[in-house]
Amino acid sequence: MRIELNVNGTVHDIEVEPRTTLLDCLRDLLDLKGAHAGCEHGVCGACTVLFDGVAVRSCLMFAAQAAGTPITTIEGVTPSPGELSPIQDAFCETHGMQCGYCTPAMILVAHALLADNPEPTREEIVDAISGNICRCTGYAQIVEAIALAAERMRGANRPSELRK
Amino acid sequence: MSAHGRHRYVSSDRRVREDRRFVAGKGQFVADLDLPNMRHVALVTCPHAAARIKSIDKSAALAMPGVHYVLDGRELAAATLPLMTGLDTPNVPRRPLAVDVARYSGEWVAAVVADTRALAEDAAEAIEIDYEALPFVLDAEEALAGGVLVHEAHGSNVLLDKTFVWGEVEKDFAASLKKLSLRVKWARSSTVPIETFGVVASWDPWRDMLDVYASIQMPRYADQISITLKIPVTSVRVHHDVDVGGSYGVKRGIKHTVLTGYLARRLGFPVRLIEDRLENMRGGDAHGPERLFDVDVAFDDNGIIRSMKMRALENVGAYAGRSPFQLGKPIGAIVGPYKIKSVQYRAIAVVTNKTTQEAVRGFGQGPTNLALERTMDEVANVLGLDPLEIRRRNMIRHEEFPYTIPSGTTYDSGDYHTVIDKVLIHAGYEELKAERDLLRAEGKLAGIGIAACLEPSGGNATFEALLNPAITTSTFMDSCRINVDGMGSITATMHTTSAGQGHETLLGTVIGEVLQVDPELVRVTRPDSLNSLPSGTPVGSRMAIMLGGAAFHAAHKLKAKLTAIAAHDLSIPLERAVYEQGNVHDRNALQNKRSWVDLVQIAFRNYHRMPAGMEPGLGVEHVYQVPTGGGLPTADGRVQMYPCFSFEFHLLLLSIDPDLGTPEIVRYMLGHDCGTQINPKIVRGMTMGGIAHGIGAALFEEFAYNDDGQLIAQTFMDYLLPSSHEVPAVDIIDHETPSPHTVLGQKGSGESGYLGAPAAIANAINDALRPLGISINTLPLKVSKLGDLIAEARAEKGN
Amino acid sequence: MKAAPFEYTRAADIDEACAMLAADDGARVIAGGQTLVPMMVMRLARPTRLIDINRIAALSYIRNDGDGVAIGATTRQCVVERDALVAARVPLLARAIPNIGHAATRARGTIGGSLANADPAAELSLVAITLDAQLSYRAGGQTAEIPAREFFIGPMVTNLPAGACLTGVRFPVWPGKKIGVGFHEVNARRSDFAFVSAAAQVELGNDGKCQRIAIGVGAATDFPLRLDSAEQQLTGTPLDAKAVDAAVREALADIEALADLHASAAYRRRAASHLAKRAVADALTHVQGRTSHAH
Repeated sequence: MRIELNVNGTVHDIEVEPRTTLLDCLRDLLDLKGAHAGCEHGVCGACTVLFDGVAVRSCLMFAAQAAGTPITTIEGVTPSPGELSPIQDAFCETHGMQCGYCTPAMILVAHALLADNPEPTREEIVDAISGNICRCTGYAQIVEAIALAAERMRGANRPSELRK
Repeated sequence: MSAHGRHRYVSSDRRVREDRRFVAGKGQFVADLDLPNMRHVALVTCPHAAARIKSIDKSAALAMPGVHYVLDGRELAAATLPLMTGLDTPNVPRRPLAVDVARYSGEWVAAVVADTRALAEDAAEAIEIDYEALPFVLDAEEALAGGVLVHEAHGSNVLLDKTFVWGEVEKDFAASLKKLSLRVKWARSSTVPIETFGVVASWDPWRDMLDVYASIQMPRYADQISITLKIPVTSVRVHHDVDVGGSYGVKRGIKHTVLTGYLARRLGFPVRLIEDRLENMRGGDAHGPERLFDVDVAFDDNGIIRSMKMRALENVGAYAGRSPFQLGKPIGAIVGPYKIKSVQYRAIAVVTNKTTQEAVRGFGQGPTNLALERTMDEVANVLGLDPLEIRRRNMIRHEEFPYTIPSGTTYDSGDYHTVIDKVLIHAGYEELKAERDLLRAEGKLAGIGIAACLEPSGGNATFEALLNPAITTSTFMDSCRINVDGMGSITATMHTTSAGQGHETLLGTVIGEVLQVDPELVRVTRPDSLNSLPSGTPVGSRMAIMLGGAAFHAAHKLKAKLTAIAAHDLSIPLERAVYEQGNVHDRNALQNKRSWVDLVQIAFRNYHRMPAGMEPGLGVEHVYQVPTGGGLPTADGRVQMYPCFSFEFHLLLLSIDPDLGTPEIVRYMLGHDCGTQINPKIVRGMTMGGIAHGIGAALFEEFAYNDDGQLIAQTFMDYLLPSSHEVPAVDIIDHETPSPHTVLGQKGSGESGYLGAPAAIANAINDALRPLGISINTLPLKVSKLGDLIAEARAEKGN
Repeated sequence: MKAAPFEYTRAADIDEACAMLAADDGARVIAGGQTLVPMMVMRLARPTRLIDINRIAALSYIRNDGDGVAIGATTRQCVVERDALVAARVPLLARAIPNIGHAATRARGTIGGSLANADPAAELSLVAITLDAQLSYRAGGQTAEIPAREFFIGPMVTNLPAGACLTGVRFPVWPGKKIGVGFHEVNARRSDFAFVSAAAQVELGNDGKCQRIAIGVGAATDFPLRLDSAEQQLTGTPLDAKAVDAAVREALADIEALADLHASAAYRRRAASHLAKRAVADALTHVQGRTSHAH
């Protein structure tokens, strides 16, 4: 079936099978490889994308269902080739990853969290990423990355005389 | 050859260069590859624990549009050799697809190739297989006793049964008044990376070349492909620049690769097999050790352990693979950090009708550490001693290193008592005990858990020769090539894949350190296997030691060459030439110097200015043999195994809701000594990840089977991986006791945390249960099991 | 792990959805899909047609409805989680919802989807049973209602007629002022399906005694239970811990508890009574806190 998918601000007119998940559609038809298949049954969170700004699992939605709603993938939060968003940079600063497989999803969750709550507590960060399994890090440096990003982003929006 | 002291880049808090691509979603994982004309594989798996395959009807599947081929075990077996195994067990052949008999539920029986994965799954359903269910055995002790044989031709279910006696065990036991026996069970669990295993193979008949892209962590991978497919290894090109989405030991993938490689050659187009989670959990390389320990120790009134007998019975699943060797590696640290004088060790590996086991983080050391550390606690308990005190009394002291243990391995260095002291100061041990007692007073069950464990590192895998005398390998290498090009830029190579360990950062840091140049200026590449020097791959917690060592020596060779060129061009004796930050000057006349640019100019364009006989250009390489390696086992079964021994000391406070059995980690502290930390961010991440993984093994994770031999934890809804909710904040207290054997004093840390966390948690839970008069030594310590045990004990006590 | 082929249609309105359901035995409604899609990709569910009701605007609402709060079937769990009306008038629902899955699944998961799926461990089913919610559905151009206590009849089995589509659920609001709620569950990991869950809502009279109480237990049995006998015994009492303990134990003494990989039947039976007691205790604390706060 023919659908129009709005991904990262671009509308794609594509032919999909009804059974094609949003995850497979992004990866196979739109060549956006940043969303990863981990379990394909909705538990690990590696396939997370933002659906109308909200973090959802792209393996639990068929592409046909997603037509008409803006979708953001990791490729869409990267400012430009070679340039990192403050959240991406914070993940690099704390080494909030190892193998990198769950990382794009973690960063998208962080984006959604910080858009909603610019000053999350540690508990809130832990809770926000609890639906995303990381097998490498034990989460500590991921939590620190998000806290660091939040702090930097708050700093960036503060009047300069109040910045430390 | 060690070079301690202040470092320029080593041990500094530098970023990890790999991270940039990952945060942008630009890692290149195998599933990200789209080769032109590539087709997809889905697998047909056996639904029975054991079954004879009477017939396979492919016709309906082959008639479906988009379906190209259905491969069965007979065809594949006729064209290939069995997969390599560690032991000589010719009657336990292991093949990618079952031939006539399938031996576990989930075993691959046929493979379908279609235009898309979805079509391949459709076709897989259409294949009709007539099975005759066969008797099966799941339990290791039953398998050991005989009865149902998993492989009739082998004549028994025993793959390995070897007893080692190191020292005067019987004498020491007879002389000791106190003895204690303990049975400890490590459940079938594994590392379960979030990326499943995947491989893409493509055959070029005009170049006789099989290109392989895989999420692999496997020694001798290209060799095994070549041998099994019966093609020259020069016709196998493994691409190492594939990012691996986590491995921690398990990404072995040889059967996947042989299958895919065969199909690519047979069909003439690229073929891709990316396991889905069900294939991965049921029949991929997902499963790890399942081990039953019987430990006997003899000790005195002071708690000094004189001798130990350990029997380890491993349920390796249906085929041999390499997993029986996981009983061998722990021999290199069989007494842990303790001075136990004599040891008897019986290692038994049996086959059962469960999924074949693969290598897992620590290669068997984690289970052995659990058995040792549970034993230490129980000895303390019967003597009424503090579990910390008993460890201190038995531990090797700093001044006793190098220390040779009964099984023949010499530990390099350590300062265990100091590490413990540092943790206790940080934690306030007495306060921690008071906190526990307060929780108890509030009606909770609460316990303190301790584990003091070693992480053998460096990967001198002589356990192979110890368990299989036909193996005489005493060389475990890694290599680095450094090339300075005609523009003066530095490129270094590594010759294997990485799964998040930051090897590119490692190479940059070590080479930058030696050459005194910014590590970011060192480009790191990964040539394919045909262009590679030997690599033992990132197994055995070895890369910091081995790749770091290779890079260090290669960089020194480069430095020496640059210095020699400069000395010659400056017409000064070599010993007067001083290398500093890429330039070389005359010790006696600082202004007399040659810059990096000058030296590159000479090496690439001014041969007339080169020392006589020296090769032009600035390429160097170093193949690094494992420190302390080279020996083979003695007749009485002693051998030097891994060169370096990192130490970890876990201390935690845990409470249990007595009504529900739910454990909660209240505080967690880890003392960690892995020598020099080349990149502290990486070491910390590995260690935290190891603890999380250990929490999983201790509390949640089990590849559980039902009585019908069906795996019932085959999805992430039933095989439970710790989330951020379940992993507490951990205070890591670092200590640095350099290894005398390594170039920078570094030891391994790839298995840290994991090797002690399960033992520490099990000890904490047992400490919490002690007031009820119960103990539990079987992992995982699940909520329901704890709840039921506590309820029974309370009922008996009448409250 | 790819779903078997199927047809996909977005229904324009509920009657179109019902007509399509009626026309095809193999058709299924998809709402949030957080349970259905995993079943489909594992090929444990093989609908011939998916009827997507997500875009039917009329099915997504939260509103006062007489002496209750009505919630449309496709209302996202995350929306209910943050809704002020729900927090004020159906506090038990507000308390329970954060326990459902993860934020990312609550972002898609719907109220109606969870109820229709009838997982024994579903928090929403437990709340619906505990509060005597009324479920409404549409079939053959007619709207009908069914009480929650009649809706669930087994694990993943409901009394929803074939061809019917769940349209909403109405949670009665207790009229009193002194109302407190409690919700507890136990699981291996905090966000897993509960081994056992318990919900309680309590209304105190001016004498401080229990005027009305509802206690439900989920995940322990084929579908959530109401502890009717305990409720009867405890009404009119000050809800002292011993009385609650005895009443709850008695009510749960003969249940046929589920057993699986994660928890034994004995565990579930025991945990059910512990959690029910805790839920009642929390409800009591809650109402006492609210009351003292109000003064």
